[in-house]
Amino acid sequence: MAQEQSQPAGPSGSIELSNDRAAITAIGERVIEAAERAGFSEASRFAVRLAIEEAIVNAFKHGHKKLGKHETIEVEYEVTPEAISIVVTDKGPGFAPDDVPDPTAEENLMKTSGRGLLLMRAYMTEVSHNDAGNQIRMRYIRPDED
Amino acid sequence: MASEDSRLRVRVEDGITRVEFIDRNILDEANIQAIGDELAKIIDGSGEPKLVISFANVDHLSSAALGQLISVNNRVRGKSGQLRLAEISPQIYEVFAITKLNKIFEIHETSSEAIGSFR
Repeated sequence: MAQEQSQPAGPSGSIELSNDRAAITAIGERVIEAAERAGFSEASRFAVRLAIEEAIVNAFKHGHKKLGKHETIEVEYEVTPEAISIVVTDKGPGFAPDDVPDPTAEENLMKTSGRGLLLMRAYMTEVSHNDAGNQIRMRYIRPDED
Repeated sequence: MASEDSRLRVRVEDGITRVEFIDRNILDEANIQAIGDELAKIIDGSGEPKLVISFANVDHLSSAALGQLISVNNRVRGKSGQLRLAEISPQIYEVFAITKLNKIFEIHETSSEAIGSFR
C-alpha cells in the first residue's frame, strides 16, 4: 500500500494512529470520503465505516491492553473502484481469533462486549489475521448492486 | 432535563420517558459511557421506568453502543421497568439482527407504537 497521503484524502494511505478520538474519527471519515469518490453506495460505506471503527477500537482496547496509552497502531487503507482494503496492526502480543466466543450463542447474548469481530466478519467480504494475531486485514469487494 | 453537554433529548409524558440521541454517530466509547450515565440517572430516578429509546437520528453505531444498550436494559429490568427501542433504520436494524440482539430488545417501528405497547 502507498505511504501517507496529504489532505484531502487520497485513495490510499498508511497512518500511525494514537488512541485519540478525533484522530480515529478522522481516519474513518478519510476512508469513507475516498469510498464515496470511488462510487461506493451508502450501504457499502456504512459497512466499511463500522468495520474500521471496530478494528481500531479492538486494537487499542484489547491489543494494547497492557501497553502504555501513548503506543500507536498502524492503519493502512486502499480504495479502488473494485474494493476497499483496510489493515490494522497493533503492537500488542496478539490474540487467537478462533478463541473468541460466539457472541450470538444464547449464553453470550447478554454480554456487554465481544461483538466487534462478528460485525467485521459480517460486513466485510474478507477478514483475516496474521499468525501473531496482532494484525487484521479486511477487504470489502464492491457488490454487484453498487 | 437535558444539560448543556447532554448527549440525549429527553421527553417525559404520562410516566413514559422517550429519549433521542443528539449525535448521529454513536461510536466513541467516551460518548457512549456518557450516554449510559445519563440513561442510568433517568432509570434510577423512576419507580418502574418505562423507557423508549429512539434511533431516529442515528446513522452509525458500534458494538460498544450495543454493549451499553444491554447495560441499560439490565438496569431497567432491575427496577421492574420496561424498555423499548424505536425508529431504527434498516441499516442499523441489520446490526441488531447480525448480533441477534433483535431477540433481546423489543423493537418498534415508531415511537408512538412503542409508547402504546407499554403494559
